[in-house]
Amino acid sequence: MSGCRKRCKREFLKFAQYLLRLLTGSLHTDSVEDELEMATVRHRPEALELLEAQSKFTKKELQILYRGFKNECPSGVVNEETFKEIYSQFFPQGDSTTYAHFLFNAFDTDHNGAVSFEDFIRGLSILLRGTVQEKLNWAFNLYDINKDGYITKEEMLDIMKAIYDMMGKCTYPVLKEDAPRQHVETFFQKMDKNKDGVVTIDEFIESCQKDENIMRSMQLFENVI
Amino acid sequence: MAAGVATWLPFARAAAVGWLPLAQQPLPPAPGVKASRGDEVLVVNVSGRRFETWKNTLDRYPDTLLGSSEKEFFYDADSGEYFFDRDPDMFRHVLNFYRTGRLHCPRQECIQAFDEELAFYGLVPELVGDCCLEEYRDRKKENAERLAEDEEAEQAAEGPALRAGSSLRQRLWRAFENPHTSTAALVFYYVTGFFIAVSVIANVVETIPCRSLARRPPGEQPCGDRFPTAFFCMDTACVLIFTGEYLLRLFAAPSRCRFLRSVMSLIDVVAILPYYIGLFVPKNEDVSGAFVTLRVFRVFRIFKFSRHSQGLRILGYTLKSCASELGFLLFSLTMAIIIFATVMFYAEKGTKKTNFTSIPAAFWYTIVTMTTLGYGDMVPSTIAGKIFGSICSLSGVLVIALPVPVIVSNFSRIYHQNQRADKRRAQQKVRLARIRLAKSGTTNAFLQYKQNRGLEDSGSGEDQALCVRNRSAFEKQHHHLLHCLEKTTCHEFTDELTFNEALGAVSLGGRTSRSTSVSSQPVGPGNLLSSCCPRRAKRRALRLANSTASVSRASMQELDTLRRSPVPQSRSSLNAKLHDNLDLNCDSRDFVAAIISIPTPPANTPDESRPSSPGGGGGASSTLRNSSLGTPCLLPETVKISSL
Repeated sequence: MSGCRKRCKREFLKFAQYLLRLLTGSLHTDSVEDELEMATVRHRPEALELLEAQSKFTKKELQILYRGFKNECPSGVVNEETFKEIYSQFFPQGDSTTYAHFLFNAFDTDHNGAVSFEDFIRGLSILLRGTVQEKLNWAFNLYDINKDGYITKEEMLDIMKAIYDMMGKCTYPVLKEDAPRQHVETFFQKMDKNKDGVVTIDEFIESCQKDENIMRSMQLFENVI
Repeated sequence: MAAGVATWLPFARAAAVGWLPLAQQPLPPAPGVKASRGDEVLVVNVSGRRFETWKNTLDRYPDTLLGSSEKEFFYDADSGEYFFDRDPDMFRHVLNFYRTGRLHCPRQECIQAFDEELAFYGLVPELVGDCCLEEYRDRKKENAERLAEDEEAEQAAEGPALRAGSSLRQRLWRAFENPHTSTAALVFYYVTGFFIAVSVIANVVETIPCRSLARRPPGEQPCGDRFPTAFFCMDTACVLIFTGEYLLRLFAAPSRCRFLRSVMSLIDVVAILPYYIGLFVPKNEDVSGAFVTLRVFRVFRIFKFSRHSQGLRILGYTLKSCASELGFLLFSLTMAIIIFATVMFYAEKGTKKTNFTSIPAAFWYTIVTMTTLGYGDMVPSTIAGKIFGSICSLSGVLVIALPVPVIVSNFSRIYHQNQRADKRRAQQKVRLARIRLAKSGTTNAFLQYKQNRGLEDSGSGEDQALCVRNRSAFEKQHHHLLHCLEKTTCHEFTDELTFNEALGAVSLGGRTSRSTSVSSQPVGPGNLLSSCCPRRAKRRALRLANSTASVSRASMQELDTLRRSPVPQSRSSLNAKLHDNLDLNCDSRDFVAAIISIPTPPANTPDESRPSSPGGGGGASSTLRNSSLGTPCLLPETVKISSL
C-alpha cells in the first residue's frame, strides 16, 4: 500500500513539473549533455609489444587482427548488440542471440559491458594457441553462467537451448522440444562423476581428457588465424 | 557476405571451441586452408594515380574484379602494379567500398559514368549504401525519364507519318487525348472548350434579373424566364455537342469499361443528364421542383474544363493526396466546435429569448466565431457566455488560421513525401529481398556444399575437380563452422521443403502397422543405432516403426534390391554411385534409403510386403526404415528416388 502511495506521489510530482515546464515554455530543452556522453566512448588498446607479450600471437598476426577489428569497430569496443548482430550473420537459419549473449559474457572478462581489443585477443589467444587445459577452462567458464565455479543443470540447459536455437527450425531430424534436455542429461551422465547434480571444474577437465573425441577435436581450430 | 563478417569469422570459429565438450559426435576436420601469408600491400595505378591498399582489403569481395583473379589481367610485371586505364576520381569511391563496405555515390559526377565504372569493376548498383541509395536512384530515374521523354518527343514528331496504318478508332482516340497532333483535333478541342464556356455562362446569365417590359408591371424576372426559347436553344446546342463528344469518346476508347468508370466520363454524364431528364419529365407542378434541382448539376459542366487545363488536374490530384490532412483538420475542428457549442449552450441556457436554443443551434455560433467571421446574428449575453465566447474565438484563430499555411506547405511536402515513401517502400522491399537472398544464399551454399561432400568423400581426384564448386577460403571455413554445429547438436540443416516433408511424414505416424516389428534389429546397417545419438535414433525408430508412412512407395522389386544390395547411394547424384562398403558411422552419413518420408496408404503394406519377401520383407522394411534413420538432410530430388 505504501508503495502505491509513493508511486502516486512520484507521478504527481512529475506531472506538476511537466505543467510548470509547459507554462514556462521550457518543455523541450535539448539535452546537449547526452550527446556529448555518447560520443566520448573510445578505447585505445595497449601497446603492440605488451599485447604480444601477453598473448601467444606474433606481431604480424596482432596487426592483421587489429586492423580488421578497428575497421569494424572504430570506437575500439564491441558492445553486446553489435556482437549479437555479427554472430547472427554466421547463422542465418537460427536465432543466435542467446548464445551470443553467453559468448559475450565469456569474452568480456572484466564485465564492463564491452569487449575491447584486449579482451578479444585474450580470448582468442586461449582458444587458438592455448593448452588443452586452458581451452577446457575457457569452455567451463562459458558454461558457468553465474561464474560460481559449478555448472548446474539449469545453466547447462540454458546453454544447450541457446545452441539448439542456432540451428533454426528447418533441421533434419525434426527438432523436438526436449532435445536440449536429453543432451544435457547425456552430458551430465558423462561429466558428473560424483552424481551431485553439479559439475565442477575438476570433474569437467577430467571427463573431457578421458574422451578422445573431444581431445581430437581440440586440435581442429589451431589454424584459424 | 559483408566485408566485416569476414573479419569476424576467425573469432566465430574460435568460439566454436565452446561446443567441443558438448558434441556427441566427433567434429569434422577443418578445411585445409593454405597458410595465411603475411598481408601485403598492393599498388593499383589508375591512370597515373597510385592507390595502395592491403591485399586482404581487396580479397573481401571475391566476386568483383579487384577481389578475384581477374585483376591479374591488369598486372604490369615491369612496374609490379595493377594498371587500370579508367577515371581515378571514380576509382576512389570503388576503393572506399572495399575499405568500408559501403559504396557512396559521388554528388558531382554524372550518374551514367558512375554506373559504367561500377559495371567495369564488377560491383552491382544495389551495393550503393543506404545513405546514398535514394539519391542515386532519384538521379538514375531522372536520367532515364529525361531520355525517355526525348525519345517520345522524337517519336511524336514523326508520329503521324508512322501511324498511317492504324485504325480509325485509334486515330480518333489519339486525337482526343493529344489535341495537338492534328489540326482537326485541335479545332475540335477549341470548339468544345468554347461551348463549355458558353454553356456555363448561359447558366449563369439565366438567373440574372432582367427588366421585364411585358406582363408584370413591377417587373423583374430572371432572364431565363424572359427569353426561354433562346436559352433553350443554346442549351440544346451545347448538350448536343457534349453528347456527340461523349459518344465519340466512348467509341474510340480502347477499353470501354475503364473509360466508363473514369472520372472525366462521369463528369460528362452528369453534365448532360439533367437536360435529357428534363425533356422526358412532364411539365406538372410537383415534379418540376425536382426538375429545377437537377439544373444545379449543369454547373458541373465547368469541370469539363479540367480536360483542357493541366493545372486543374494537378490541383485535383494534390487534393486527393492531401485528403488525410484535410480530414484531420476537419476532425479536430469538429471536436473543437462540439466542445465550444456545448459550453456556450450551457452558459447561455438561463437567458430568456436567447438564440442558443440547442447545441446544434450553437454550432453555427461556434463556427462563425472560430473562423473569425463574426456575423453577429447570435451573441452571448451572460458574462460566462462572453468569457467562453472569447476563448472560443481565440482558439479559433489557433485552430484554423495556423494549420492553413501548414496545409498549404503540406501540399507540396506531402506530394513529394508520398513519392518518396513509395520509393522507400520499394527500396525497402529490394533491401529485404537482398538480405533474404544473401541469407538464403549462404544457406543454399552450405546445403550445396553438403551435397557435394558426398562426392568429395568417395570420389577420386578427377571427380572432385569436376564436381566440387570452387569455394573461397572464407566459404570453406564458414561451412566447416556450420558443420561443427550440426555435429554438436546431432541435427542437420535442411531447407524448407525437406523440413515440411519431414514434418508431414512425422504427423502421419499415428497409423500402426502390423507387419513390422519394433524390435527387429537391422542386420547390415546395424552400427547405425549405436553410432550417433543412440537414444534419439531409437525413439525415432519406435515412432516410425509404428507408422506405415515409412514404408516405401517403391515396388517390391526395389525392396528386394535394397535388401540384396544395401549399398549406400550418393545423395547428390541420381545416377547413383554405388559403394562397396556400408560405412555408416556419423562421418559419412550420405546414404539414402531415401524413401522414408513418402507416405503410403496402409493397405499396401501387409499385402505387398508379405508375398514377395516373406521373412525378409519385414526385415527389409525395417532395414529400410532404420537405415533411413541415418539419412542426413534429404534433398527433395533424392527423396523422390524410387529406383536405384
